[in-house]
Amino acid sequence: MAEKDLATETYDGPVVSFEHVAKVYGDGEMAVRALDDVSFDIDPGEFVAVMGSSGSGKSTTMNILGCLDTPTRGRYLFKGVDVKTLTRDQRALLRRHYLGFVFQGFNLLSRTTALENLELPLIYRRISKADRRELAMQALHAVGLENREHHTAAELSGGQQQRVAIARAMVTSPSLLLADEPTGNLDTARSQEIMELLAQLNSEDGLTIVLVTHEEEMAAFARRRLEFRDGNIVHESRSEAA
Amino acid sequence: MIGNILLLSMREIRRNVLRSILTTLGIVIGVAAVIVVVTLGAGTKAQVQTEISKLGSTMLTVFPGQRRMRGAAQSAPPFEIDDVYALRRETVMLSSVAPMSIQRQMVVYGNGNRRSQVVGTDREFVNVRNWGLAAGRLFSAAEEQTGKSVCIIGQTVKTELFKDDPYLGNVLRIGKASCEVIGLLEPKGQVMFSGDQDDVVVVPIKYFQRRIAGNTNVDQIYVSALDDSLVEAAQAEVEVIMRERRPSQPGADELFSVRGVQEMSTAFQSSTTVMTGFLTAIAAISLLVGGIGIMNIMLVSVTERTREIGIRMAIGAREKEVLLQFLVEAAMLAGFGGLVGIVIGLGGAMALAPLLNVPFILQPDMMIMAFIFSALVGVVFGYMPARSAARLDPIDALRHE
Repeated sequence: MAEKDLATETYDGPVVSFEHVAKVYGDGEMAVRALDDVSFDIDPGEFVAVMGSSGSGKSTTMNILGCLDTPTRGRYLFKGVDVKTLTRDQRALLRRHYLGFVFQGFNLLSRTTALENLELPLIYRRISKADRRELAMQALHAVGLENREHHTAAELSGGQQQRVAIARAMVTSPSLLLADEPTGNLDTARSQEIMELLAQLNSEDGLTIVLVTHEEEMAAFARRRLEFRDGNIVHESRSEAA
Repeated sequence: MIGNILLLSMREIRRNVLRSILTTLGIVIGVAAVIVVVTLGAGTKAQVQTEISKLGSTMLTVFPGQRRMRGAAQSAPPFEIDDVYALRRETVMLSSVAPMSIQRQMVVYGNGNRRSQVVGTDREFVNVRNWGLAAGRLFSAAEEQTGKSVCIIGQTVKTELFKDDPYLGNVLRIGKASCEVIGLLEPKGQVMFSGDQDDVVVVPIKYFQRRIAGNTNVDQIYVSALDDSLVEAAQAEVEVIMRERRPSQPGADELFSVRGVQEMSTAFQSSTTVMTGFLTAIAAISLLVGGIGIMNIMLVSVTERTREIGIRMAIGAREKEVLLQFLVEAAMLAGFGGLVGIVIGLGGAMALAPLLNVPFILQPDMMIMAFIFSALVGVVFGYMPARSAARLDPIDALRHE
């Protein structure tokens, strides 16, 4: 199986679609309904903020979007492919080739240099050593850390670590970048910089971004907003970003 | 893919140098123990071979009658000197033939005395035993024919009895007889199963028969084959001649027997084999313990690295890639431990060999086996931790603190 055959390069519909997605954890009396009935599409080039308080279903949405979890009911289509029909390994390949993750806790490998962290997704993609180095350096340059390639995570500030994490997520040119509370561990000035970086990647490189956040100021960078409450989308709005 | 996995594993090992060293310590000790035991075992075996060649690997001993392990009655008549002459005359495969009559006797010089081995033989003795003279001379033909009271002493007799006195020309008492010392044998040293070879006094066979044994017997005949490869042929030749000279009743035991030095050491060889096997078993157990150590630390490290595994999975690592990485890490750690163990083991064997007085002999095939085995231990004991890592749920793994 050619790894890339999972989703066709020529597909030109929405990047992802939720079709009446429900997610229930546990069963019987203990069952928790995390998502009730959620439908939305995200088109290429969009910058979407998923908002809601904790328990609203936004993390579940994120896990399903990231192909880390599958819906209990309804369909989740990634580039037209129903993710539920894929095996665990096929979902891993889908993440490898089409998805980038940015987490609240940065999640860089400790005691590993920025460059090696960036190389990690490229190694799994089996990109040759020379290309790997070049792509990683380009990504570091894009996030403004071209002189920090040999620093380990511990030697970088929180803002710098998150930049490395963003570089790692975009180094493979993914179809969708998922950012889960990327500014949650950063101060206001650093948060602002990170959001500007994401907005820039979206507007200049056309990177499709889904941002999960509960902060109004961060959501303001996105051009579309989905507000969740109790497992449903309660409000949707579009704006031209600042 | 395997190249990439190797790269990832190597980076992981480098990321945690101290933990890697501790993980592999059990294997290091196990392999070092194996190498020491095997190397010293081989040294001991070689040592035994050397001892055999000290006795003379081409040497055969001819006994009258059958030699049984537990003293069965010897009904066969003793050899006489004519048997020695016959062997000299009628064989072609033998380089030398010597009569040997042996008794322990009190030997006395001045105030000193000791019970030494007294050997009645002739000049051929030094050829059969491959034994040179350190000083003096051998018996002359005339001395042998007349059974003159002359003797050649071993190094132990010289140092214990004569000490610093001149020994050549001095008179040594053997039991009730006495003899003039005319020669000194070279040192032969201890032989593991025959005691001190140098505690010996050699006299002409005729003198021995008349003055010490009081008969005309020759207890044994030592013969030496021309070459290592001719020992069996020489034995056959001796048997033909002896069968002719000492015919036995059909169906009865033959009235002589021929034995090589090689046979005498077989028992010793097999006991060292048992010992080596025993020590190897202990070493194998320590390797097993080392393997369990690796499994233990790898299991802990899977828990500790749960988040890292989650990151890898989110980035797109498949189950089998996580599994392979952990397996390769375990195998590399164990293999590396094996290499270090081999080096330490060789060092230890090199240090111990002179203390145990055995030669240091490299065992390349055992080294390769120890290395492969230790890497295998890594794979076997690394499998369970690797599987539990690969089966982690990425969502839980990412949430793990």
